[in-house]
Amino acid sequence: MSAVDDQQRRTGLFQRPSSTAGIKGWLTTTDHKRIGIMYFVAAMIFFMAAGIEALLLRLQLATPEAQVLDSDVYSQMFTMHGVTMIFFAVMPLSAAFFNYLLPLLIGARDVAFPRLNALSLWVFVSGGIFLYSAVFFGGYPDTSWVNYAPIQEVGADPAGYTLEGGVQSNRMLFYSLSIQIAGIASLASAVNFITTTLNMRAPGMTFMRMPVFAWMTLVVSFLMLFAMPIIGVALWQLMFDAGYGGNFFRPGAGGEPILWQHLFWLFGHPEVYILILPAFGIVSEILPTFSRKPLFGYAAVVFSGVAIGFLGFGVWAHHMFTSGLGPVANAAFGLTTMFIAVPTGIKIFNWLGTIWFGSLRYRVPMLFSIGLVAMFTIGGLSGVTHAIVPHNAQQHETYYVVAHFHYVLFGGSVFGLFAGTYYWFPKVFGRMYNERLGQAHFWIQLIGFNLAFGPQHILGLEGMPRRYYTYPPGMGWDLWNLVSTIGGFLIALAVLLFVINLVWSARKGPEAPSDPWDARTVEWLTSSPPPQHNWDVVPTISARDELWHRKYTDEEIPRPVPAGASSDHEQGEADSEHIHLPDPSWWPLVLAIGLPVASWGVVMDSWPVIGGGIALMLFAGVAWGNEPVTEPEPDDVAEPVEP
Amino acid sequence: MATETAHAPQTNFNVSNEKMGMWAFLGSELLFFGAFITVYLVYVPRTADGPGPEVFDIPFTSVSTFILLMSSLAMVLALAGMQDGDLRRFRTWTLATALMGLVFLGGQLYEFTLFVQQDGLGLTTSAFSTSFYVLTSFHKVHVAVGVLMLGTLWFMSFTGRIRADGQGTNAVENVGLYWHFVDIIWIIIFTVVYLIPVDLVT
Amino acid sequence: MTDTHDAQQEQDQQGQHQYHPSTGEYWQIAAILAVLTAVEIGLYYAGQAGMAASVTIPGLIILTILKFVLVVLWFMHLRFDRPVLNRLFIIGLIFAGVLYGIVALITLT
Repeated sequence: MSAVDDQQRRTGLFQRPSSTAGIKGWLTTTDHKRIGIMYFVAAMIFFMAAGIEALLLRLQLATPEAQVLDSDVYSQMFTMHGVTMIFFAVMPLSAAFFNYLLPLLIGARDVAFPRLNALSLWVFVSGGIFLYSAVFFGGYPDTSWVNYAPIQEVGADPAGYTLEGGVQSNRMLFYSLSIQIAGIASLASAVNFITTTLNMRAPGMTFMRMPVFAWMTLVVSFLMLFAMPIIGVALWQLMFDAGYGGNFFRPGAGGEPILWQHLFWLFGHPEVYILILPAFGIVSEILPTFSRKPLFGYAAVVFSGVAIGFLGFGVWAHHMFTSGLGPVANAAFGLTTMFIAVPTGIKIFNWLGTIWFGSLRYRVPMLFSIGLVAMFTIGGLSGVTHAIVPHNAQQHETYYVVAHFHYVLFGGSVFGLFAGTYYWFPKVFGRMYNERLGQAHFWIQLIGFNLAFGPQHILGLEGMPRRYYTYPPGMGWDLWNLVSTIGGFLIALAVLLFVINLVWSARKGPEAPSDPWDARTVEWLTSSPPPQHNWDVVPTISARDELWHRKYTDEEIPRPVPAGASSDHEQGEADSEHIHLPDPSWWPLVLAIGLPVASWGVVMDSWPVIGGGIALMLFAGVAWGNEPVTEPEPDDVAEPVEP
Repeated sequence: MATETAHAPQTNFNVSNEKMGMWAFLGSELLFFGAFITVYLVYVPRTADGPGPEVFDIPFTSVSTFILLMSSLAMVLALAGMQDGDLRRFRTWTLATALMGLVFLGGQLYEFTLFVQQDGLGLTTSAFSTSFYVLTSFHKVHVAVGVLMLGTLWFMSFTGRIRADGQGTNAVENVGLYWHFVDIIWIIIFTVVYLIPVDLVT
Repeated sequence: MTDTHDAQQEQDQQGQHQYHPSTGEYWQIAAILAVLTAVEIGLYYAGQAGMAASVTIPGLIILTILKFVLVVLWFMHLRFDRPVLNRLFIIGLIFAGVLYGIVALITLT
């Protein structure tokens, strides 16, 4: 059997790379840790691009009737800011953490489908590149990230553009296709992480012993699994309307515009939980470590996370209270929206309970985590006011909404992601970041963020509408707009400090040990950075907060409870020769390239190009299935346990 | 009977990763097709004074449906061949499945040309027509991908990736799951898109 | 969870995987599917001939469900597989049914 495999490797049509060196090593990697790092880097680039877009918006709004951007460019900027931040910055940043950490947290050597993992990465990158190429085809999408029908058809400037063959249709195609591409990446990740978490936990790692971040990965993966298809359908329908004369949303031919809203928000609401739950998971790991106390109410935190995932599918029409659904629907969704505040509140109280009387260390990860708890609570409170239907009618489409979601998304998700970056930085790079610079980042960030978005509550309640490229003087909005812009630039400064800290410390920071924080979970057991195979010996888990138990309790040899497996050899063997690692592969990258190629074909209305892209994908897919698994099957890999 | 358990890593649920992943994926596909089907149902009466479900040729589509249904039988027989270590049976029934899938696709494409040319039901005619074509085409693409995967499996049985000793059974089983899924979606579509709307309209 | 897991493992090891229907049983299932399809078409023609929609449509739906269940449980082997796979699929089914049901309800009323 080995002979056949060797032969395949040497003479097979589809040679498989085996080296991990150099750029080629990174392009062909299937190692979840490298994939996680690349996700992070790419996401940060998109984050900064979206940040620049935001700064442009704020410059335009700093003063009334400014002429920094005209209305078309303004519309493109706010649309791209939203699309980029959600699909190409925050989601991939979360994915970076899932990728890097999940196997380490559950004691696995890699994810269930390593090449599929690489595919997710390259598909996301190619989707982002595709979106930003829109500038060469007539401009960026400009009808907001939610892109309702029928404005999606006529564009932000009806006098100037029409659908089909005009610039607007191109913009819509870029919107539709780039998010579809990103959606494919997320769906693949979801399948991957669900399988990994369900099937590849270390011996003794029962579900209720998993770190909270692993739980949140599982919940988010289920959310992605069921929500991405819904937006996929909506976008596919938009593509037909925009590019091929379809009638999904055209009332004249029987189309129903409100179906866009339903489909979009059926996805869109679970999407915001996809955006926040990873940050919640991160904070649930950090607060206990820096309070030297276990997480207060682990079970409640876990179950509330699951509940949020579930209930998240039942509130979507609270984004549609002013769309004429009628009092019954409005009341029902108002009620469910109130309900969903409860599990989130449970988490907040459990976090407070965690730090209560803890022995607190105010390192940067802790600062950002506490920041999340505070900022998210503010955002959550304004969210509760949105749940009240009559209030919603007043607040809808004003800056009050903008304030709300930035408090939960920036004050929540981004603060959490920053916290996690600092926290796991020493593990990933084996070096410590600069604490002073990190503290400066935090305080400037906190001040800038609140200056930018706090006043927007007031602006919204005073009637300033969102998505308008300017406002007249004399409305009483001038001062707070200026303050908000100053806040925006402070945020930019803070992010700059962050990036400098990361880049510098990754190369020149002081070396970090495997457990610099005196932490609680098993990823700190392995070296910093971890070896490619993660563990020389897969740890056997006997308790929650396994590492803490090993360090500080009197238990000797952990008694394994045989509820899990993923070790490739007997407990105790440190024989790394038999470790089965996934080999690198070109095909995920090649397949990912096919997607934007086909998409450019759609934009250019060129069937040869579409065909070429699809052919590339099919070829890569077949090659993927046929490429040799270079490492021959070892003869003494785990036999089924004898009864 | 040859299996792959001796070489596969142990898993928590004693199910192969690939199988679990496939079922998760199929769960998500329900959301895809569910959305398209729901939109179609909302749009059945919205024909913009053009042709509606009365143009469907139920006898013809019934034959196509029957063929696709029987292709599922061929698929399980192919898998059974693998599980019995009989590579010839595997190859025969895999090919049969793929061929039936192709016949189904051919029949559907023929139907489409009739709709467009004879009945004036085009993609852009109305909300009904757009949703009908996009839904069924989406299904057809799934069938086509399935046929390609079956062809790949058949090919692999000659290159040694799929062997009589059971190597490759997982892959066959998972492609089979995908194929059956595509079939059950058609089971739903046939009733909900063809039979019931025609019943309602006539 | 650990107890049932061990028991399943034993059963799996002894029976080398789980129970697989024989080819004869597969043909039988296919025959039933064919008959159900024939009944469906019969119902359609009955409807064309004048049978009330309140009879034909529920009838068609029930037949569809029966065919769906047969293929999923036997051909897709879910009847003999681990429950976790069941759940992955059922959750999707329930979500799809409920969510899209509500959308259809809201849109059509």
